[in-house]
Amino acid sequence: MTTAIQPGTGTPAEDPQILKISKEGENAGKASWAVKIGLSVLCFLWLMPVLGLLINSFRTRDAQFSSGWWSIIKNPFDSTVWTLNNYTQVLGDNASGTNMGKAFINSFIVTVPATVIPILIAAFAAYAFTFMEWRGRDIMFIIIVALLVVPNQVALVPLLKLYGTLGMNNTFAAVWLAHIGFGMPLAVYILRNYMAGLPKAVIESAKIDGASHFTTFWKLIIPMSTPALASFAIFQFLWVWNDLLVALIFLGRGDNTILTVALQGLQGQTGQGRELIPAAGFVTIIVPILVFLSLQRFFIRGMTSGAVKG
Amino acid sequence: MALKILNALIAIIGGIGGAMIIFYILNKLVESVGGKWEDRLKPWAFAGPAILAIGVYLIYPAVVTIQYSFANETSTAYVGFKNYTDILTDSNFLQVLFNNLLWIIIVPAMCVILGLGVATLADRLKPRGEKLSKTIIFLPMAISMVGAATIWRAIYEYQPVGTPQTGLLNAMREWFGRDPVFWYGVEKLHFNSILLMIIFIWTQVGYSMVLLSAAIKAVPEDTVEAGRIDGAGEKRIFFSIILPQVWGTVLTVFITVLIGVMKIFDIVYVTTNGGFNTDVIGRRFYNELFTNGNAGYASAIVVLLMIAIIPVLVYQVRHFRAEEANR
Repeated sequence: MTTAIQPGTGTPAEDPQILKISKEGENAGKASWAVKIGLSVLCFLWLMPVLGLLINSFRTRDAQFSSGWWSIIKNPFDSTVWTLNNYTQVLGDNASGTNMGKAFINSFIVTVPATVIPILIAAFAAYAFTFMEWRGRDIMFIIIVALLVVPNQVALVPLLKLYGTLGMNNTFAAVWLAHIGFGMPLAVYILRNYMAGLPKAVIESAKIDGASHFTTFWKLIIPMSTPALASFAIFQFLWVWNDLLVALIFLGRGDNTILTVALQGLQGQTGQGRELIPAAGFVTIIVPILVFLSLQRFFIRGMTSGAVKG
Repeated sequence: MALKILNALIAIIGGIGGAMIIFYILNKLVESVGGKWEDRLKPWAFAGPAILAIGVYLIYPAVVTIQYSFANETSTAYVGFKNYTDILTDSNFLQVLFNNLLWIIIVPAMCVILGLGVATLADRLKPRGEKLSKTIIFLPMAISMVGAATIWRAIYEYQPVGTPQTGLLNAMREWFGRDPVFWYGVEKLHFNSILLMIIFIWTQVGYSMVLLSAAIKAVPEDTVEAGRIDGAGEKRIFFSIILPQVWGTVLTVFITVLIGVMKIFDIVYVTTNGGFNTDVIGRRFYNELFTNGNAGYASAIVVLLMIAIIPVLVYQVRHFRAEEANR
């Protein structure tokens, strides 16, 4: 990694190591046995609930309700308790009425545009906030900073009514637009903070060479800002994929329902389909976990740049 | 299904392509004006669409929400302060406020303390061990609240007496010969709320740990060394030398978790749906808006939330200004 961000400022810093999740500090390797054991136990406890879900998702209905998930320790190779059936069931039409396969696709349909579209809009705005002088600029940015902490709930009542009159409730467009609007302050904030840390000399020399703002933006700023674009993208992806409230209100439980809403609906099952809950849970969390693990460093970069989302 | 995917593709291509064309046209239009006005208008061509999105989706609805909070259920007639007096004299709602207050008092502080603890201890491991343990603690951050609530069924689940227990806590009670407990129903000392908070804390400690860990590593080594030479013990070094230097980050973490807790909705909605005295503002708002169809009440609740968030907002703006001054 060549550039890094200081906690809280969002500007590229000289110390390239600050972002590494495991930079070797002065204390590295000094852990006593008590510390090692304590941390191991903590890590085990931390993962244990996920492990329980994962184990149960592969157990038959009978096995799930006749013993706890931990009982597999006794005879892990008893093939009568293991099954893939829960997954094949939950990903298609089944007795519970919740089709997670469909919801999975819907989640992608909601998340991808809601992640990609705001980036471009925010990048242009961030450029204007960083490299252009205009009246009202600073006050406008202060408003954006203030809006970072405002909960989305403030917008939901009027939007629900507005969508109602426009006939937009339960459409994907309603959710896309809502997430674009709600994500915009964070997007502009992250990108502007990053751009403000780019070397001014590069932009000045582009200006002297006669490049317009439009060209400078496309040819210089966008390529230089990729790390910040990536951190916003991963933030927004996780946020939209994991969102329940916005999807519940604007998309509901019909044909267009997404994973979180479907999983929530399944929780109420007491009879048929109850054995599908762990598999459904796993289907819901697997994509963000993979995205998160593979793009962790961009995520951490966004976090350390002081990003808050209300 | 194919139609849906096609729709999404059109949205992506149309959204991005459309945005590009709009910016291109806006830019051309502004350039054609030329001269002084070009310089004046160009920033608005660049920042305009984002400002429009924020205006339409946050500022305008916030203003209308305030307006609705003084109107009836269907927002057709003004009722003055009725919604507010109704809410604030409703003992149920006061209980909801109290529950939210519990979340606010307990959760952000716990996240900071646990995050600080793990960051300090993991710092002493060898890099590989540190990376592994941090990734594990960090992982739940990627999981939705609905997912987390589903996962914690493996711990909290309850089955009636006589049937095999499938939740770990109740199984442990049985091993000690006790009857299983329906945990989400234990209202005494708000124990059930605390169980929900544990789920939330589980998802947030990683965030706190990563930020604080970066801050701790940035503490200049010579300040710690100086303390050591003066004969300070590990505890003294932590509280008198390290903690003051990472205090800014502690506040950032605290504020971020605080905002998350003030508007908490998902966990309560999925687990108890506000029953057994676990209700919070976020869920009550949803209930008023959707189940009861009372836009006036729902708006008034949100306005109270907005008022509660003002101190955080002021802090955020001040913090930003201070940082800009240092830039």
